[in-house]
Amino acid sequence: MIDPRLVLVLSAVLLSLGVVGVLTRRGAISILMCVELMLNAGNLAFITFARINGGPEAQIFVFFVMTLAAAEAAAGLAIVIALFRLRGTTDVDEINLLKW
Amino acid sequence: MLKLIWLIPILPLAGVAINGLFGKRLSRRAVGLIGCGVVLAALLVSAGAVLELSRLPEDARYFETSLGTWIPMGPIGDSGTMTAIPWGFALDPLSSIMILVVTGVGFLIHVYSVGYMEHEDGFARFFVYMNLFMAMMLTLVLGSNLLVTFVGWEGVGLCSYLLIGFFYDRPFDARTGLSCADAGRKAFLVNRIGDFAFVIGMLYLITTFGTLDYRGVAAAINGGGDGHHALLVAVGILLFIGACGKSAQIPLYVWLPDAMAGPTPVSALIHAATMVTAGVYMVVRMSTLYAHAPEAMAVIAVVGALTAIFAATMGITATDIKKVLAYSTVSQLGYMFAAAGVGAWTAAIFHLMTHAFFKALLFLGAGSVIHGQHGEQDITKMGGLRSKLPVTFATFITATLAIAGIFPLAGFFSKDEILWGAWSSGNKIVWGVLALSAGLTAFYMFRLTFLVFYGKYRGEHHTFDHAHESPKAMTVPLMILAALSVVGGWIGIPAVLGKTFLGRDVNVFHHWLAPAVASAHGAPGFGAEHGASLEFALMGLALAIALAGIGVAFVIYRKREGMAASIAQRFRPIYVMWRNLYWVDEFYEATILKPFYATSRFFAGFDRFVIDGLVNATGIVADITGQLLKLFQTGYVRNYALVFLMGVVAILVYLATV
Amino acid sequence: MELIAFFVLALLLIASALVVITNRNPVTSAVALAFNLVAIAGLYMVLDAQFIGLLQVIVYAGAIMVLILFVIMLLNLREEARAHPVGTFQRILAPVTTLLFAIVIGRAVWLSAPSSFPEKTEGFGTAASLGKELFTRFYYPFEAISLLLIVAMIGAVLLAKRKVS
Repeated sequence: MIDPRLVLVLSAVLLSLGVVGVLTRRGAISILMCVELMLNAGNLAFITFARINGGPEAQIFVFFVMTLAAAEAAAGLAIVIALFRLRGTTDVDEINLLKW
Repeated sequence: MLKLIWLIPILPLAGVAINGLFGKRLSRRAVGLIGCGVVLAALLVSAGAVLELSRLPEDARYFETSLGTWIPMGPIGDSGTMTAIPWGFALDPLSSIMILVVTGVGFLIHVYSVGYMEHEDGFARFFVYMNLFMAMMLTLVLGSNLLVTFVGWEGVGLCSYLLIGFFYDRPFDARTGLSCADAGRKAFLVNRIGDFAFVIGMLYLITTFGTLDYRGVAAAINGGGDGHHALLVAVGILLFIGACGKSAQIPLYVWLPDAMAGPTPVSALIHAATMVTAGVYMVVRMSTLYAHAPEAMAVIAVVGALTAIFAATMGITATDIKKVLAYSTVSQLGYMFAAAGVGAWTAAIFHLMTHAFFKALLFLGAGSVIHGQHGEQDITKMGGLRSKLPVTFATFITATLAIAGIFPLAGFFSKDEILWGAWSSGNKIVWGVLALSAGLTAFYMFRLTFLVFYGKYRGEHHTFDHAHESPKAMTVPLMILAALSVVGGWIGIPAVLGKTFLGRDVNVFHHWLAPAVASAHGAPGFGAEHGASLEFALMGLALAIALAGIGVAFVIYRKREGMAASIAQRFRPIYVMWRNLYWVDEFYEATILKPFYATSRFFAGFDRFVIDGLVNATGIVADITGQLLKLFQTGYVRNYALVFLMGVVAILVYLATV
Repeated sequence: MELIAFFVLALLLIASALVVITNRNPVTSAVALAFNLVAIAGLYMVLDAQFIGLLQVIVYAGAIMVLILFVIMLLNLREEARAHPVGTFQRILAPVTTLLFAIVIGRAVWLSAPSSFPEKTEGFGTAASLGKELFTRFYYPFEAISLLLIVAMIGAVLLAKRKVS
């Protein structure tokens, strides 16, 4: 049988990969995709715990997270479009007006 | 009138208020009237009070009044009694003499000033300061306890500073580079040193006896004083150091010659007749204490005698008319202290009174000469002014004869009483020193007179032509003072003379004053045991010494031309030493002032670099921290996200390890 | 049997995640992300959470990925440029910090879970059981989240709207 701990470690690894991606990538959409990665890692952990504890609560939570992720993706992409219109690029390093 | 003695110091304050607030708007005449008027009022009240005092029986001549409590206190030190220090004024024979001298001579000088200061700026300011001085001096002498006296003590010091530096923007001494303002400051600071010792003395007194009231202290000392002998000696010396500062004795006399930077009436009033005598007054006031501390008295006598001769030598070679008189004042004050030191209390006060008359007269006369010479003060540029300033000359030479101690002028009697007091109390060395300085006094005073009023005029021709006698406002006080210099001594004719020539003891002064001071050894009347002939002999010897001094001066300055210069050449080292005043000022400058300035500069640098540096450093640290933290603000979102993550990791690590 | 499935899926998961975070071409990243999402859905199935797994495929891999791809094509994104100079500090510190992060979380997680799954409960993961909970116990959150969706929609329209000049 599967060791739940392995699943959880897998989810942790996935999360970390997502973090690295957020910190390293330059394109705004790429960053959003890495954020989706992180959210999914979280969902995986939730489901694992749901399986361990048996109740529906964690799954409901995952349901909501997914919904939120969808909403967030939509809004985030809208922002990226607006930014593209303003700056002509989605490179986050170009958005540096707060520099000292 | 006795009940109104508190009014005596207050009246001049009214003059201060009126002239101070409205002086600029009033005419000079009005200012002068108010300034002199309040002093005259004080004089009249004083006269009335003294008259009333004299009607009281001899052993009850003490009247005390108070304007309320000043410092309420609990038991202090060993005393165990509740003390409260009142604003107390007391009149007894001693203070009665003082107030009459102060208000009387003060009034004459105020009148003189109206004429002298006619052409000067700050006329109203002058009278404000002079009236303030009168108020403070009267507080000093009328105080019933040491603290009220000290208020007046400090007050006269302040007025001295204000008046010496009256011409605050004028230079004074070319040789030392002092300005008038510097001279005022010097006076104040040197006085302060004495005041410091005075305060310590007062503190000892109050913690030991629980009171500063003169009568209270005297009673406490008489009651159980011997147990505190060491303390009494210490207090006596401390109070005397205060007196040295105020009355210009060694080593705190250096301010008095420079105090001549002030206008001449100031020199007459403050630095001849009244303020400088405050020290003598205080010592005599504390006579009970000193009577129980012979060691302190010895110190006083030695310092007084030494100062007397020391200052006399400096007067022999001085060329500024006022400076000669200044050294003379220091010397005469030495006489008074020497008298107090040997126990001749009444003699000291007697000399104080006669000195006030003739020294004030001398200064006012010098002022008249300076006024007529349009500001010239160097006697080597004067001469033959007898014809041009007749009244001034007549009064001046009267005063000179008085100070030289020629019979029957005032100085003869007072000086003689001091000399007799010294001899009869066994202090023959003191007698010798004082006698010698008497001779020197006669010598340099007549030197001064001869150089100024006789001989050929040595200055600019047109100054001589324009020299004129002074107005009435100035000459009338001169004449009054001259009259006092003649007859002033007659109230103190020694018992031996009185008994021999008049059949009874007419020493009114001594009888009036003696109950108010400690019983002394060597007072007149003591002579009965030592034989009248001894007293006569000494009297004659003193007179002879004075005449010899005059004679020598006559020979050197009148008879032989150029003799003075040749003597100076022959004894050149001594001449140079006297001319440079024993280099005392330079000595103080090198040993005290220069290290002080160096220390001050060190602390100034410390303040600027260390303390200000610390303050600046905090600013700089804040600035650098800001500069460092600014590096975090890169503007790149990714950097911010990274920092975010680092924070999260930190929290997680903390939670994991907890 | 399940173990093999788990490992295969895990491998796929990690591989696709690596592609997502490293590939410079955004389209490649998006496709890799799609693979990733499907692999996760597979894992959900292995863990008996069928409904969620289904939802994952429909919502995530179906809707969100398409949305992302649409936007990529709309903006006509090219290949991403090389790292900016300022990123040097970033490029070194980021992996290090993340490693630390991973270690801490991994350790925490390892210590908090049991070593084997208990027996599956009756009706676990079915649509029926979830639906029942959703419409009774979690009714208010359900309504709230639908409101949120509307708000997100409106916001997205507003943000992306071309300004009328």
